[in-house]
Amino acid sequence: MPDLILAQSIDERISNAMNPVSSVIEGIVFFSIPVAGVNLPLIVLWLVAAGAFFTVYLGFINLRGPKHALELVRGQYSDPEDAGEVTHFQALATAVSGTVGLGNIAGVAVAITIGGPGATVWMIIAGFLGMSSKMAECTLGVKYRRTRPDGTVSGGPMYYLEKGVAEVTGRARAGKTLAILFSLSCIGGSIGAGNMFQANQATAQIIAVTGGADSPVTNFRWVVGLIFAVFVGAVIIGGIKSIAKVTEKLVPLMAGIYLLAALVVILANLPAVPAAVAEIFTQAFALESATGGIIGALIVGFQRAAFSNEAGIGSAAIAHSAVQTNHPSTEGHVALLEPFIDTIIICTMTALIIVISGAYLDPVAGELGGVALTSAAFATVIPWFPNVLAIAVIAFAFSTMLTWAYYGMKSTGYIFNDSETAETVFKVIFCIFVIVGASLSLGPVIGISDSMLFLMAIPNVIGLYILASTLKKEIFTYRAKVASGEIAKVEH
Amino acid sequence: MPKCLLVGVDGSDSGKRALEFARGRAEDLGARLVLAHVIPWSPYSFNTPEENEQRHARRQAELAAAEEQLLGPARELAGDNIEVVTLAKHGDRAETLNALAEEHGADHIIVGRTGESRIRSKFFGSVPSELTMIADVPVTVVP
Repeated sequence: MPDLILAQSIDERISNAMNPVSSVIEGIVFFSIPVAGVNLPLIVLWLVAAGAFFTVYLGFINLRGPKHALELVRGQYSDPEDAGEVTHFQALATAVSGTVGLGNIAGVAVAITIGGPGATVWMIIAGFLGMSSKMAECTLGVKYRRTRPDGTVSGGPMYYLEKGVAEVTGRARAGKTLAILFSLSCIGGSIGAGNMFQANQATAQIIAVTGGADSPVTNFRWVVGLIFAVFVGAVIIGGIKSIAKVTEKLVPLMAGIYLLAALVVILANLPAVPAAVAEIFTQAFALESATGGIIGALIVGFQRAAFSNEAGIGSAAIAHSAVQTNHPSTEGHVALLEPFIDTIIICTMTALIIVISGAYLDPVAGELGGVALTSAAFATVIPWFPNVLAIAVIAFAFSTMLTWAYYGMKSTGYIFNDSETAETVFKVIFCIFVIVGASLSLGPVIGISDSMLFLMAIPNVIGLYILASTLKKEIFTYRAKVASGEIAKVEH
Repeated sequence: MPKCLLVGVDGSDSGKRALEFARGRAEDLGARLVLAHVIPWSPYSFNTPEENEQRHARRQAELAAAEEQLLGPARELAGDNIEVVTLAKHGDRAETLNALAEEHGADHIIVGRTGESRIRSKFFGSVPSELTMIADVPVTVVP
């Protein structure tokens, strides 16, 4: 079969070309120092430190904020005269559909395979700290957003880095440099985590449900990639809005089905839950274990959590900034719910299912990795669920790709002054990388995706530190006004 | 207090008949008319990032279009002898019409029959039938 040989060689050629690139980038971004015999990537420390700093600096806002955040999402502070504008709920929903996805399904499985069940606890802690950094970046995203003459709104780290940092330090060039660095890495992140990783895992799930190694698709991964690329291109280049609209409706539905199925699996195994929880906690703090004990679990847990909820990365600030509000802190409050939903609720449920089912103990679990492991865990109770999961994975992957295409396009637009040509070039490159991502094996894809995504955190978090006191004033003044009743609930 | 009638304006033929009916009633009663158009919108919809980015501009365009294409002609249809207020607002149609009636002190809501098929209205309801269920003032549906 000459076709087959040709097809294999296309997949392999793409893999072989990308592997060295992947290891070089990974080596730089994940520069690690050995701690207690385990490598600790400095970038993970960087994100956790930012989350911890803003948690303390903003007075444990991640504990004090959620109540007010829920009131905002329910529209209790929205002016009825603003009907028709972007509501807090809509901004949150858009941002959540960009983040909820494979990080929650595949990322958790990867964390548990590498770091053991204990990684779950560290993911939850990272999610909790991430609530504070997410609030910080989204408040600033709204504060420094830009409204164009035609009424469209753009915001995100590039704007607060440029305007905010220049305002606070008086150095316009420093702000601009950080903003450009952020935009460049955001373009990389959109192609890596926002695209290749998604295409890769969606393809893996399609192969898994169509017969695994015997699947007719196995040697034609690039064809699956091509089909995805055509759909992504139809939306981002062709401007076919109906596909995007269907996806936006499908994602919450799929998330609902996913959570429901997760509950079914947990309830079916109810007697095993206490043991699973105990396992998760003892492993989290075990000094020694097969997977490197506490440090190993901590590092991988933090890393996967950051990948899943993107707190400190800066991406969500782009999605949140179109909201209608007179007080930037309102959207910051709403944004802190995002890591809570994404990491503390959804990731924890996935982790419980994987641990309860014992699927991660299977000797081939390491090879399965990602979505396939989560899928196997669900199948222990609901044998047909992998098929549903495949649809969910495709919907999540597709919506995440569209959201990240948007982030990448905004960054391209920022660097090239909203040049349409530059944005079109970006879109075409984005589509090509859908095919590349689908063709590669998981290892190099995770390497590149993580690297590019985490690179965004460097300029973003530097900016957050520089703007910390501005931010604190903004949030504290707002909270004081709410407490005093100067900003009051609206009667509907 | 002078009487006030709220009329739902949607550009349809039955909507126009509702307005003519209301004009007749207003002339008889010496009442004010509030002509309202509601643009269907929910605060809880799921949007793409592009939609959010363009939302503010789109909202302005929708309000301008409502004024130009629906409310302007409706005002002319109402004639010069009656005191008329026009409004365009985003929201759930039935709920918003009821809220506007309360806000503007209207003691009667008049809408056209939307003419959806029986099956469609069974599944999705229709504005007049929903309005008759929730309204705080009498509702007249004009065929």
